[in-house]
Amino acid sequence: MMRRLLFIPYLIWIVLFVVAPLGLMVGYSFFDISGNPTLANYGAFFSSEYFEMTLSSFWYAFLITLFSLLISYPLALAIRQTKHKMFWLLLIILPTWINLLLKTYAFIGMFGKEGLVNAVATALGFAEQQLLFSDIAFIIVSVYIFIPFMLLPIFNAVDGIENNLLSAARDLGASKWDVLMRVLMPLSLPGIKTGIQIVFIPSLSLFMITRLITGNKVITLGTAIEQQFLTTENWGMGSTIGVFLILAMMLVMTVTSGRNKETGRVGRL
Amino acid sequence: MKSTVSMILAAVGIGALILFGTRFVNPVPNEEGNVLHVYNWGEYIDPDLLAKFEEETGIRVIYETFDSNEAMKVKVNQGGTNYDVVFPSEYMVEKMVVEDLLMPLDHEQIPNMKNIGDNFLDQPFDPGNTYSLPYFWGTVGVLYHPETTEGLDFSDWDTLWDDRLENDILMVDGAREVMGVGLNSMGHSLNETNEEVLQEAEEKLEALGPNVRGIVGDEIAAMMEVNEAKAAVVWSGMAQDIMWENEALDFTVPEGGSNLWFDTMVIPRTAQNVEGAHQFMNFLLDPENGAQNTEWVGYATPNEAAYQLLDKEIRQDERFYPDQEQQEELEVYRNLGPEMISLYNELFLRFKMALE
Repeated sequence: MMRRLLFIPYLIWIVLFVVAPLGLMVGYSFFDISGNPTLANYGAFFSSEYFEMTLSSFWYAFLITLFSLLISYPLALAIRQTKHKMFWLLLIILPTWINLLLKTYAFIGMFGKEGLVNAVATALGFAEQQLLFSDIAFIIVSVYIFIPFMLLPIFNAVDGIENNLLSAARDLGASKWDVLMRVLMPLSLPGIKTGIQIVFIPSLSLFMITRLITGNKVITLGTAIEQQFLTTENWGMGSTIGVFLILAMMLVMTVTSGRNKETGRVGRL
Repeated sequence: MKSTVSMILAAVGIGALILFGTRFVNPVPNEEGNVLHVYNWGEYIDPDLLAKFEEETGIRVIYETFDSNEAMKVKVNQGGTNYDVVFPSEYMVEKMVVEDLLMPLDHEQIPNMKNIGDNFLDQPFDPGNTYSLPYFWGTVGVLYHPETTEGLDFSDWDTLWDDRLENDILMVDGAREVMGVGLNSMGHSLNETNEEVLQEAEEKLEALGPNVRGIVGDEIAAMMEVNEAKAAVVWSGMAQDIMWENEALDFTVPEGGSNLWFDTMVIPRTAQNVEGAHQFMNFLLDPENGAQNTEWVGYATPNEAAYQLLDKEIRQDERFYPDQEQQEELEVYRNLGPEMISLYNELFLRFKMALE
């Protein structure tokens, strides 16, 4: 009885804040700018421009996810070995307590022509770099922002692996590489998948960072959504792009969630 | 079981406490008639004037700020707010009128209206100034670093396409403004609705791509202050603010047309203190108050009487008070309707995507 009662607030929450908005968004996507029902938004989405934008969004999201993973995985393994795991973890997570925009603005200062990076580069005798407004800068900032989100699930996964297993593998003659590839990797796979899910989807629609760091030279689906809702006030088209983002999310979820039923305590945030 | 119940009780208790607490954080004024809610852009009024107004009228001013017309409209629109005086830009006035968000002004309660220059009254966005009165005005032009751009003459829009500016121009993130650069440089109207012409303008803009360092919002100010780029396409008001911080820069409005924009004063339908709102507008339009405010804000005032009280140096600065001849080339943005605005934005998006 009590259980059912406790379920009610959750149900209300889900209906109000998940089902209703989703329904509204799908609904809006079938209306044009003057409120007439139409399928034209979907037609427009498959026009060359939005298609190109989708491709470039996916490409950047892929790069961001890849680099976050490449940095986070070894980092998680390293933290696992340390004495004060929680302390090191906290250090990495600490920046997430600072507002995203604030961090982005800090990067503008660092990457600018007269910023810190150039000051160091010229002091070391390198040529002045035009880092701000480049796609490299975009990837650096995004990866920096997403690392904690990638690191946490992976760390949880690798931390849950018993040292005995690793010792056993070594005793049975596995090389370090084998231990990594055949023991650690498979056991931490759920964490990696969760990390990818958490990083990939939001990075498809990073519109503030594209504007602040790349001066709109990198365009993501988020930029298009923002413009449709705020300046054009074409909610239909904005919603249509939103629908495709959700479809993309479902795709990523399906791809990354196959066969990890057997996981116990690993892979959770 | 018991612990769950006490948990829920605790949660409800904390929630109630916080709700109660908000009463102290943001005191809800209920002395009607004595309070005026003003909703304006940040740093857009001399705070001393607010104090003076309170002293003169006994009305307490509650002053809030916004940073974009769109955000402002959402807040006025969604209810729950009761701002008495709001300061939208001209294109937003037109939208708000269409959506019936504004209250007609009682011109008799604003005798100082006579101080406003004729050029700035009765504009197409609000014929007869039924709903709005101009507060400040300005143009769109080029802010540039005269030393690093030596030899370039920005009195022509086409100069922006010069090879020497490669990767060195910042632009404001606005479809009308950026498309406007293309249109103005080709001698077309800023309110062009011919699709072919608009396509051509966008194509011409794509050729500007290599020179564009970035398209950013208000961050342009901070970036130009540290010379992140040699030139920037900005609103005159913003240029003025930046030039106070970075004296090496100069500003010019290229010939061949530019935008004439207004920030205006309006009264939303939801206003509670309509009389106070009129009083406030009248107060700001007083010649001396207007001059004081203009000196503080630094934008160009449409208030003729206040203008005459300004320093000669400011009055004769043609960068911010263009002469009659150039003023005639300026165009106010018309509301072109949702389809056209969509097209402008689509083309703007295409231009952004062509940037490398």
